[in-house]
Amino acid sequence: MTPNFEQQLGKIRETLLMMASLTDRNLNLAMRALVQRDDALARTVEAEDSQIDQLEILLDDLVISFMALHAPVAKDCRFMLVASKIANNLERIADLAVAIARRARELNGQPLLKPLIDIPRMGALAAEMLRDAISALVEEKPEQAREIVKRDKAVDEINRQLERELTSFMLEDPATITRALSLTLVSRNLERIADHAKNIAEEVYYLYRAADIRHGQGGETAPVER
Amino acid sequence: MNLLPTATPMEEPTILPPRLAPDFSPADSPSGPARSLIEIDHLDFFYGASQALHDITLAIPEKQVTAFIGPSGCGKSTLLRCLNRMNDLIEGTRIASGRIRIDGADIHGDGVDAIELRKRVGMVFQKSNPFPKSIYENVVYGLRLQGVGDKRLLDETVEKSLRGAALWDEVKDRLHESALGLSGGQMQRLCIARTIAVNPEIILMDEPCSALDPIATMKVEELIHDLKKQFTIVIVTHNMQQAGRCSDFTAFFYLGQLVEYARTEKIFTNPGEKKTEDYITGRFG
Repeated sequence: MTPNFEQQLGKIRETLLMMASLTDRNLNLAMRALVQRDDALARTVEAEDSQIDQLEILLDDLVISFMALHAPVAKDCRFMLVASKIANNLERIADLAVAIARRARELNGQPLLKPLIDIPRMGALAAEMLRDAISALVEEKPEQAREIVKRDKAVDEINRQLERELTSFMLEDPATITRALSLTLVSRNLERIADHAKNIAEEVYYLYRAADIRHGQGGETAPVER
Repeated sequence: MNLLPTATPMEEPTILPPRLAPDFSPADSPSGPARSLIEIDHLDFFYGASQALHDITLAIPEKQVTAFIGPSGCGKSTLLRCLNRMNDLIEGTRIASGRIRIDGADIHGDGVDAIELRKRVGMVFQKSNPFPKSIYENVVYGLRLQGVGDKRLLDETVEKSLRGAALWDEVKDRLHESALGLSGGQMQRLCIARTIAVNPEIILMDEPCSALDPIATMKVEELIHDLKKQFTIVIVTHNMQQAGRCSDFTAFFYLGQLVEYARTEKIFTNPGEKKTEDYITGRFG
């Protein structure tokens, strides 16, 4: 193995972790912008999203070059596929954080519809799933990644409850429709973020175990090789 | 005790050597179930006092390409040469224990003639070695040694063998010119034509492309792909990508031992042994 091989592999890892770190930060800022009703934080999220977009492009360039120059096999080959897919999921999470930040600015100018309890809880669960998936990647812990997948259901459930609750608000008082719809969309964005975190966890499992647990495959039984 | 049952067409096909990964089964064969043609059973081989192969057991499926990979000195070429008893020609070599069977018959059994064996098990070497004769005479060399003199049969064999080696179109108009005027890639394909002219069952290839440029390599690899319809091929290669591209099964050797043997796709995507992974990813060797 040439020093160049390790160097380029290291660059891909660094870029991926930089993306993960910025995405985690932006998600955190977007939630704070909503909960603390802080427009400045929301604008920071919107402004910094392009950095994450650029990192995704850079990472794909690095991956394609690595594959062309080094023809990786086995775990190195899986890492190329997984790095690109994780980067794509991170970029989507960052876009959803921007969508939450925009909703936060809309909502911040209006009185609170109700105290924000479930949405911060969803935000915390989704952010924790993302952080744990990245830590499973860094610490090479596929079993931890697999455990994250199960947590997605809790976020889905809160989203369903919240949609029912916000629908009833809208039915009772049409004046609440704009705010209730915004909160519904934030809830859906968080539900999607949890889905992407779950996807990342599945990719981490595949990287270290070479087994596919996507789409419920191998959920409780032996994982399926892909 | 015979640990490797000899498969016959009547039996359930068996290509499940003890060292294979647990998920390996005959149904994994890309062209469906295949039977094992070559069975190597607990083979120990020595060069003088130095043991080069340790307790090698594996079964090579018929009409498939099996690649032997591993770092220099791991014993892969030694094992390849055991398969047609080429090592008999090297002084001081011996098989201390174990057996090699082809189609169920021990190749060291009483009455087995090494020359006859090498007709059944042809070999292509790293460096192409055409004789300083015409292209035609190179191809028919083996047949002439066997005493075949029928011109029509020789002509037919030349055309069939050169077509089989994907060389016919390039040389059909200069069959009686010297083979030494061919390019490196053409010479190697001529050697393959010479090998298949005597109609072997098995072709052993010892780094057949190591001296060829990428285009010539590609042609030989395409040829290997076509040849496996008719022949069982065992190839030794240092080129990981070549093993990945050409072979159906891969055996990884290290320090004279068989570390892992499985479908090539498995070896190159998810090897079962850390040592295999370290080798194929370039982390040692």
